[in-house]
Amino acid sequence: MSPAENVGSEASTDRTPVTDCDVCVIGAGPAGALVASRLAEAGHEVVVLDAGPRFDPSDRLARQERAIRPFYDRPAVWDGDPERDAHSNDGERFYPLNHARVKGIGGSTLHWQGMVMRLHEADFNSQSERGIGVDWPINYEDLRPYYAAAERELGVAGGDNPFAPPRETPRPMPEFQPSYSDSLFAEACDELGIAMHSVPNARNSESYDGRSGCVGYGTCQPVCPSGAKYDATVHIERAEEAGATVIDRAVVGRLAHDAESITAAEYATPDGEYRQEAEGFVIAAGGVETPRLLLLSESEQYPDGLANSSGTVGKFFMDHLFAGTGGLLDEPTRQGHIGFLTSESHQFYDEADAEVGPFKLEFFNYAGPSPVESALTGDDWGDDLLERLRGEYGTHIGMGALVESIPGEDSSIGLDRDETDAHGNPVPEVHWTVDDRALRTIERANEIQERILNELGAEITWQVGPEDTGPAYHHMGTTRMGEDPTESVVDADCRTHDLDNCWIASSSVFPTGGAMNPTLTIAALALRCAESVDAALRGE
Amino acid sequence: MELSRRDAVAALGALGAGTATAGCLQGSPDGDGDDGGEEAAVRETLVAAAEVLYPSAVDGIDEFVGTFLAGRLDDGPHAAGVRDAVDALETRAEAWYDGNVAALSAEDRDSLLRETGAGAADPDPDGTPAERIRYYIVNELLLALYSSPTGGELVGIENPQGHAGGLDSYQRGPTA
Repeated sequence: MSPAENVGSEASTDRTPVTDCDVCVIGAGPAGALVASRLAEAGHEVVVLDAGPRFDPSDRLARQERAIRPFYDRPAVWDGDPERDAHSNDGERFYPLNHARVKGIGGSTLHWQGMVMRLHEADFNSQSERGIGVDWPINYEDLRPYYAAAERELGVAGGDNPFAPPRETPRPMPEFQPSYSDSLFAEACDELGIAMHSVPNARNSESYDGRSGCVGYGTCQPVCPSGAKYDATVHIERAEEAGATVIDRAVVGRLAHDAESITAAEYATPDGEYRQEAEGFVIAAGGVETPRLLLLSESEQYPDGLANSSGTVGKFFMDHLFAGTGGLLDEPTRQGHIGFLTSESHQFYDEADAEVGPFKLEFFNYAGPSPVESALTGDDWGDDLLERLRGEYGTHIGMGALVESIPGEDSSIGLDRDETDAHGNPVPEVHWTVDDRALRTIERANEIQERILNELGAEITWQVGPEDTGPAYHHMGTTRMGEDPTESVVDADCRTHDLDNCWIASSSVFPTGGAMNPTLTIAALALRCAESVDAALRGE
Repeated sequence: MELSRRDAVAALGALGAGTATAGCLQGSPDGDGDDGGEEAAVRETLVAAAEVLYPSAVDGIDEFVGTFLAGRLDDGPHAAGVRDAVDALETRAEAWYDGNVAALSAEDRDSLLRETGAGAADPDPDGTPAERIRYYIVNELLLALYSSPTGGELVGIENPQGHAGGLDSYQRGPTA
C-alpha cells in the first residue's frame, strides 16, 4: 500500500513482439480480455496490446485516496495522461472523453459502476418493434446463451426482475439486499403502482471466483480497493495463465494491411517501435479508439480508412443520457454507506416507440455530498466544519435514469488532422449530438421521478433534464454491426465485411444502444466473437 | 467521542499506508535516535494541528494521530511532503508567534493556520506553501478523521466513504 502520490512506478518489461502469433488483440478492457482468455485457453498464441499501463494492484487504496481528495480529478485516479489521450470536441454538446474512459490493463472497468443488465428483446429490433433506428442482425435468442456465460465470467449478483427478458437460470450470486432508502422509495412507488426490483451488479455479494465479497468501501466508481467489483484484469490474468502475452504502454498507431487482410499492428512503446504480426486481429479498443485506429490505417488501397467501404466507420456515435431528480426529506435517508445501486425499475422500458425511447429508473444510495469529501473542500475546520457537515448530510434523496439515444450519422468520431498526440497521430475528434426523441424521453423520465419524489414528500432541489443532460460514458455505435456491407462495418460475428482476418469486439458494434448499461452485452458479444475467431483460425 | 486506535487503523485501511509497519510513533524523542526525534517532532506538530482542526467533541487525538502517522510516514514522496509542510508551518510559527506550533495556544494555532493561507488554499502537493500545508496537514488530518468510523459517526454515517465497514449499515434505518 502507498499514499496517493506514491503510485506509478514503471517496471522494466519486454515489449517486443511475439513470433508465431495467432491472434493480436488490441485493447485490454473487458472485450479484449475475454477474447484473449478464451482464445488462449483454446490453445492459440495470443498477444494483447494496450496503450495504457499495467496498474499495480497494491496501489488500489492509494487510488481510492485520489478519488476522495479534491486535488485529483477523475482521470488522475487512473493516471490519465492528457498528452497520450489528447482529443478535440466539435459537436453541439461537449463530450468529456477523458472522464469517460481509463486506458490501461483492465480498461474502463477499472472505474465503472458495475451494472450489468441484458438488453431487452425489442432493443435488438428497434426498427421493427419501435419504428426507429435499425434492427440488429442478431436477436436476443442468438445472444441469450452468451449473456448467461458472460454473467458467469464476470460474476453477477442479482435477483428477480419482472420486466427483464427470459433467462434460463438465476444469476451466479444472490442480489444485494435493498437499502434503507429503497424502503422509503418503496412506500411511494407502491402508492403509484411502480414496481421496484433488484439491480444486477458485477460485484460480489459473496466470495466468487477467488475474489472477496463487497466490504463497503463506498468508492466503487472510480475504484474498488477490495476487488469485489469485477474488472477486466480478472480475464487478463486468466489469459496470461493460459499463455497469452500482454504488453502494456503499447500504442497501436496503424494496422498494416494488404487488400484483404491485416498483416501487422504497428505500435510504439517507451522502449521503441515494433510490429506485431498475426494470423488474426481483434480490435477491442472501445467506441472511440477503435474507429480512430481504422481511420489512421488509411492507405492507397483504402483511402477512407480500413474496413470502411461503407463509409460508416466513426459514424453514429452514441451514448446513453442521464436524467435525474433529487431533493430533501424531513427525515434521515442514510445515504453514502455504499457506492452502488440496489434497486431500480424497468417498468416503463418496453413502452418505447418512435416518439419516446426506452429508459430505466434508478434509486440512489449516495445522494448528496460525501461527508469526507466535503470536509476537504471548505475553508472551515473544527466545530464549524462539523456543524457544516451535519447540515449537509442526512436527508438527501435522489433518482437517476438512463435513456436511449439514437443520433444520426453526424454524431461521430473522426480525426482532427490539426492536432496530433504524443506519437504524431491525429487525435480523435468527437462530434456528439443528441436526438430529439432522447430529449423527450428525458422529460418523461423526469416526470415520473417528480411523481415519486412528490409522493415521498420530498422538497425537490435539483433536476437534470433535457437542457443539461450529460453522457453516461458508454461509447457505442461507431463501427456498427449489420448484414449489409454498404451500411455497416462488421457482420453478425463481429468480423469486418472488408477484411477476412479482422474482428471488432466492442460496444462500437452496437447498431442501437437500448437504455441498459452496455458491458454485459459487450462481454456476451466478445464471447461470441471469440468463437468466430477460433473457428476461423482452425479453418472451419 | 473517543477516537480509538481502531479508528486510526481504519483510516489507514481507507488510505494508502506507507511501507512502515502500522504501529504507534513514540511521543518522546528519545526512542529511535535522530530519526525517532524527527518523527516525534512531526507527530507533535500534527497532533497540535489536529487539536484545532478536529471538533471539540473528539478525544484521543494523540494516540489516533500517532498511530495514523506511523502508517503514513516512510521514505516515499508522501512522507517527504508531510515533513516539508510541517517544516513550513513550524517556520511560520517561530517567525510570527515566537514558538513552535505545539507551544501555542489553541487560538494562536488556529490563527497561524489561517494566516498561512491554508484555509482558503486549494490543496496541491506541489504547490505554494499554503497549498502544501492544506494538502499535507489540514486535509491529511481531516481525511484521517472523517474516513474513520468515529469521524463518520460524528456526522451521522458510521460507514463513511473510504472505510470498509461492511454491508449491514446501508440497510439499517436511523433508529436501528
